[in-house]
Amino acid sequence: MSSPASTPSRRRGKRGRGSSNPSTPQDARSPPSQKRRTDDSTSTGDLQPMPTSPPADVQSPGAADALFSSPPQFRHSAIPLDFDISSPLTYGTPSSRVEGTPRSGVRGTPVRQRPDLGSVRKARQVDLHSDGLAEDIVATEQSLGQKLVIWGTDVNVASCKEKFQRFLHRFIDPLDKEDEDIGLDLNEPRYMQRLQEINMVGEPFLNVNCDHLRSFDENLYRQLICYPQEVIPTFDMAANEIFFDRYPDSILEHQIQVRPYNALKTRNMRNLNPEDIDQLITISGMVIRSSQLIPEMQEAFFRCQVCAFTTRVEIDRGRIAEPSVCKNCNTTHSMALIHNRSMFSDKQMIKLQESPEDMPAGQTPHTVALFAHNDLVDKVQPGDRVNVTGIYRAVPIRVNPRVSSVNSVYKTHIDVIHYRKTDSKRLHCVDEETEQKRFTEERVEMLKELSKKADIYDRLALALAPSIYEHEDIKKGILLQLFGGSRKDFTHTGRGNFRAEINILLCGDPGTSKSQLLQYVYNLVPRGQYTSGKGSSAVGLTAYVMKDPETRQLVLQTGALVLSDNGICCIDEFDKMNESTRSVLHEVMEQQTLSIAKAGIICQLNARASILAAANPIESQWNPKKTTIENIQLPHTLLSRFDLIFLMLDPRDEAYDRRLARHLVSLYYQTEEKMEEEYMDMAVLRDYIAYARSYVNPRLGEEASQALIEAYVDMRKIGSGRGMVSAYPRQLESLIRLAEAHAKVRFSEKVETIDVEEAKRLHREALKQSATDPRTGIVDISILTTGMSATARKRKEELAQALRKLIQSKGKTPSLKYQQLLDDLRAQSDTAITKEMFEEALRALADEDFLTVTGKTVRLL
Amino acid sequence: AQNVPNSDWEKKVTEYFKEKLKENNATNWVPSLNDVPVHYLKPNSLVKFRCMVQDMFDPEFYMGVYETVDPNTNARVLHFGKYRDVAECGPQQEIDLNSSQTVTSERQTFYCVPVPGESAWVKEISFLTGPAYVSTSQARVSPSTSYTPSRHKRSYEEDEDMDLHPSKQKEQHMGKSCRSGGDIHGCVEPKRLETEASAGHHVISPNCSPPLDLNFPLPGEKGPACLVKVYENWESFKVNDVLEVFGVLSVDPVLSIVNSEERDSSTLDPMECMDTAEEQRVHSPPASLVPRIHVILAQKLQHINPLLPACLKEEESKTCEFVSNFMSELSPVRAELLGFLTHALLGDSLAAEYLILHLISTVYARRDVLPLGKFTVNLSGCPRNGAFTEHLYRLIQQLVPASYHLRMSIESMNHSRFIPHKDYTANRLVSGLLQLASNTSLVIDETQLEQGQLDTAGVHNVTALGNLITWQKVDYDFNYHRMEFPCNINVLITSEGRSLLPSDCQVHLQPQIIPPNMEEYMSSLLTAVLPSVLNKFRIYLSLLRLLDYSISDEVTKAVEEDFVEMRKNNPESVTADDLHKMLLVARFLSLSAGQTTLSRERWLRAKQLEALRKARLQQQQSVNGNEL
Repeated sequence: MSSPASTPSRRRGKRGRGSSNPSTPQDARSPPSQKRRTDDSTSTGDLQPMPTSPPADVQSPGAADALFSSPPQFRHSAIPLDFDISSPLTYGTPSSRVEGTPRSGVRGTPVRQRPDLGSVRKARQVDLHSDGLAEDIVATEQSLGQKLVIWGTDVNVASCKEKFQRFLHRFIDPLDKEDEDIGLDLNEPRYMQRLQEINMVGEPFLNVNCDHLRSFDENLYRQLICYPQEVIPTFDMAANEIFFDRYPDSILEHQIQVRPYNALKTRNMRNLNPEDIDQLITISGMVIRSSQLIPEMQEAFFRCQVCAFTTRVEIDRGRIAEPSVCKNCNTTHSMALIHNRSMFSDKQMIKLQESPEDMPAGQTPHTVALFAHNDLVDKVQPGDRVNVTGIYRAVPIRVNPRVSSVNSVYKTHIDVIHYRKTDSKRLHCVDEETEQKRFTEERVEMLKELSKKADIYDRLALALAPSIYEHEDIKKGILLQLFGGSRKDFTHTGRGNFRAEINILLCGDPGTSKSQLLQYVYNLVPRGQYTSGKGSSAVGLTAYVMKDPETRQLVLQTGALVLSDNGICCIDEFDKMNESTRSVLHEVMEQQTLSIAKAGIICQLNARASILAAANPIESQWNPKKTTIENIQLPHTLLSRFDLIFLMLDPRDEAYDRRLARHLVSLYYQTEEKMEEEYMDMAVLRDYIAYARSYVNPRLGEEASQALIEAYVDMRKIGSGRGMVSAYPRQLESLIRLAEAHAKVRFSEKVETIDVEEAKRLHREALKQSATDPRTGIVDISILTTGMSATARKRKEELAQALRKLIQSKGKTPSLKYQQLLDDLRAQSDTAITKEMFEEALRALADEDFLTVTGKTVRLL
Repeated sequence: AQNVPNSDWEKKVTEYFKEKLKENNATNWVPSLNDVPVHYLKPNSLVKFRCMVQDMFDPEFYMGVYETVDPNTNARVLHFGKYRDVAECGPQQEIDLNSSQTVTSERQTFYCVPVPGESAWVKEISFLTGPAYVSTSQARVSPSTSYTPSRHKRSYEEDEDMDLHPSKQKEQHMGKSCRSGGDIHGCVEPKRLETEASAGHHVISPNCSPPLDLNFPLPGEKGPACLVKVYENWESFKVNDVLEVFGVLSVDPVLSIVNSEERDSSTLDPMECMDTAEEQRVHSPPASLVPRIHVILAQKLQHINPLLPACLKEEESKTCEFVSNFMSELSPVRAELLGFLTHALLGDSLAAEYLILHLISTVYARRDVLPLGKFTVNLSGCPRNGAFTEHLYRLIQQLVPASYHLRMSIESMNHSRFIPHKDYTANRLVSGLLQLASNTSLVIDETQLEQGQLDTAGVHNVTALGNLITWQKVDYDFNYHRMEFPCNINVLITSEGRSLLPSDCQVHLQPQIIPPNMEEYMSSLLTAVLPSVLNKFRIYLSLLRLLDYSISDEVTKAVEEDFVEMRKNNPESVTADDLHKMLLVARFLSLSAGQTTLSRERWLRAKQLEALRKARLQQQQSVNGNEL
């Protein structure tokens, strides 16, 4: 909105009223615009907005008085309301941009129209003292002289402006920190700092958080929500006054525009209803389509072919009123449109679809159309998740001149005022959790109450996948995985980020509901991905480059791991995955990033996903005589990256069978209602986890650190007694993560000894299951870290030595027969020697440069 | 965003119709869009439509109340805009769009298609009970009044004789089909021709150049698609719900005119080019092709079997009576059905037993992600030649209200669309084969599968089928994300060896007889069954699916003991999975005998059946060596 100083000239230019100002070229345009104004007042039937809130023009108080003393006819003509979202008339004449050199100060800074607010040219203020319309109006300000409100609203421009200026001057909220607030002193008035920023940067947009406004002045906030079309220009005016007061020498591209966002009416698209029309709303959703940029003519430029007289015509409702007669030389049909001197503004149409999370199950998503103008064009791309603040509009479908009946359906759209990308945060800001889910106070209270329960850990573990019977430790492990550790940053010490995600591998017999557990987790977490090892390829997991069918450009399509950033990637049939696919997991599981170098695209993507994998044993049934590695045939390099490896075996136990049977039978006759209760729990569980993940960030306490050190030393000691290492720093890190996750379960900001105890216990449980050497019965971490138990390694060495001795005993023969050698070794050894063992021994000797194997002969070196 | 104007009389409208329709079979008097072609129906009259919600469009705001002005006399009249598409006004009047009296209301549009795969007998029987058959004066009025000269050109040849004696013609057809009983095509034929003709006409008309895709989930479906406008409680409806709606039929040609006008002017007015041409076409298709129904009453149907009372949950004496009557003669019906299916399965009574269990299975609950009550049967060992599966499907089609026969081949897997996906240019959900209503029987024929390579689409399709079977859900493709839609579809797989798709239970077929001429054998089987008996089969299968079921503590204990005992003897062979299967078999076995609790005998019988089935599989494995 223009400042008061510029208003009179604008009005005059537009309405052709008031005293003439001979120094400006606008004079020439007065007659046609006057003519059109009267047109407007008579042609009312075409396109009309919903009458819920009649659009109104804002006038500066001074000008208003003058207007109202003038022709009473104006009052009648104003009632028909024109609706044209792209009207240029709102914000001064566009010519003000052309005229004059850019000077400093409010007077010189050109006004930029705000097509997003729509046409407000026809509104007027109503003096409450005047009779007639007074009953329509609710006066909010009672003091004399402040009873002037915009027609159809309760907005008094002067007081509104004053209040907003007070808000800008005074609003401080030291507690409210937003991610854009870098470099702001929270104890100083926030928006004054913003204005300073505008002065420095030169981007004339002031984003105002409606929540702040609400806490400052409830009534002003209400007015903003209900009458955005009238109030926002007033805000503009106020902001500009302050700004140019402070920085009179500042040169801006155009005057500052206020962009409110986060209107508390933030709602789901589904909740939009007719009452929201013409109100300020904020909705969230996903962009699914955006149109090309549409240049929309704001002002047409005509020149007479005969005398070269020029004139400008503003666009009215998408139509150009072409002057038929030249005013200068009176030639008819001589005016020609000069395209490149006409004024255009940018416009874009965008389709927004409600986010998948907001959708009730079993329904299809709703969409809504958005119109973006000027700077907001091309700010979002399809696929972006955005919060849009704008004015909701409904327009009747055009009347067909030949048919008297009208399609009774309105077209709806939103004029965008402010975008806020919800996922931009995710890409730029590392330590911030993504989607900070908003919880109601009661919900938070409830969750906190729940967290105080002593058995909360067990409770949550029980609530997890209730249909899967027992396996409590596994459920606990998964629970901790859902919570995750605290994110730590060691960039300054050169180690970069520490992984906070916990990775879990489940292996075991088929039919032990591993897949079901995975499916459950996938359904529980908001950002989960489910893939099957058999069906996924390396590119499917990471990212692939493809040619966009529309733009024919190479684009990067992200795969499951990237999509589950900050979530859980469930990989079923992990063992069936091929080698190359598995290899990409190495980077993801420790560094939490994905590097891609493909088709000229080189980049590193974040993939901070926890991995929950399930693997079946190679021999379809778990062989208890073999180690984990031998059973699932996965490289130990990968296995060591899992914090917890659980075996899901079919226990051969009568009592267990009995309980299992009872549990299963109950499934087959319980009714739907009984199941409902558990569904309730799933919602609570989901919220509990979401809350803990975003608000609880436990740090290690002194005692806990000591306990961890002890635990680690203990683990190392166990092995050292037998001359082997049973713990590596990786295990310590796992312990820390688990302890932190357990603290999160308790909503505790500090990791305490009990957390460490549980972490130790769980870790030990998992180890006991997966890292027990089946030959010795001793827990041996090296099975997981090197793929072999220490005893097996020893045996391998012995065999190699025996073979070497055998070969040496044969004397100086340059080459030996493979089969012959094997038979000799077998004859010599007292234990059975398999071909594999023999080959391994050969390989070991080859590594020592003792011999080479070519085909079926062994050559000595 | 439910915003129902709270005026009482609007509620009274629905109340009134609800009451009226309850009265002695009043629902049968309302002409149904399923049976009667649109051009025989009177515009703005009450119609009913049995359909499945295929897609949900965005809610729309309309003028609930509007005011018209006569420019000459300045007389103002208030109009009511509910239940209509077009705000009408007299020739001398104009609509005052700025009137303060205008009330904006909201309604939701569903795109509905006839229930996919609906069996011919369902159509036939509901048609027989419908108004066209009950030869009342009212029913005869509706076609004749709607028959106006302007529509004459629409289906010129057919209409010629049809219109001269419309009811007579229909009765002739009716009589014929009644006599033949099993003839699927019978009476449906003339109606089909008509719809085809009217559709064909539109293709020619210059107004819409390419033929409009009516978005039926299954290929080759016929019938009217409909834009159903719902005024209240639309949150309670979901995609793929089967509804019966009663409402005002709107086929105002103005709707189409408004359309084309808009398209012409779209270049001129920036407001109009918001929607792409495709979107326009899809969201406001010609009303003659896709009529609108303004819903007064809508109810979700538990089943679409016209032989059963529509709603079984209600404590009405009539329904109770019906159920108890039927229950009393349940066992002979079961025995007869078993015999029928045994013959159909070439004399294999075990397979027939399992087929019954399969046909009455339904997902009755979901425990977190696990659907309970699905019972996918893989009928292996089907003879490859003789088109056995083809004929088996024909028989099943005669028994269940909705079904689809999916012939699996490399070609069909690679080229057909299984998963519905969102088309963002047209802003609609493009349907796929797997968008089916609850309790549809999907018969997958794997015997026709040849060696070959699946492409990406094929792999996706097979995965989708696998997901459907295992989790009873289909992930619809929304381009930027996928969305899970739970479903409840009975899948029967026929294959030679073990199916490549997962299944709950594999039954190996052991034919006792090999008929020399399969076609003759099967059709003679069908003609041998009296229509009344066939109807009993149909009632049997639909009714038992809806029964409740429980297991007493005592039996639970026995089952427990049994399980422990079995595990003790041979822990390798009996797993939790096997117990799941046995419990499922026991459940459906009890239900198939009309018992709502599990008895010991049934449990033992279930165990016995499972043992027989497994023995057969083992035997088969040893014969085929490593075939698994």
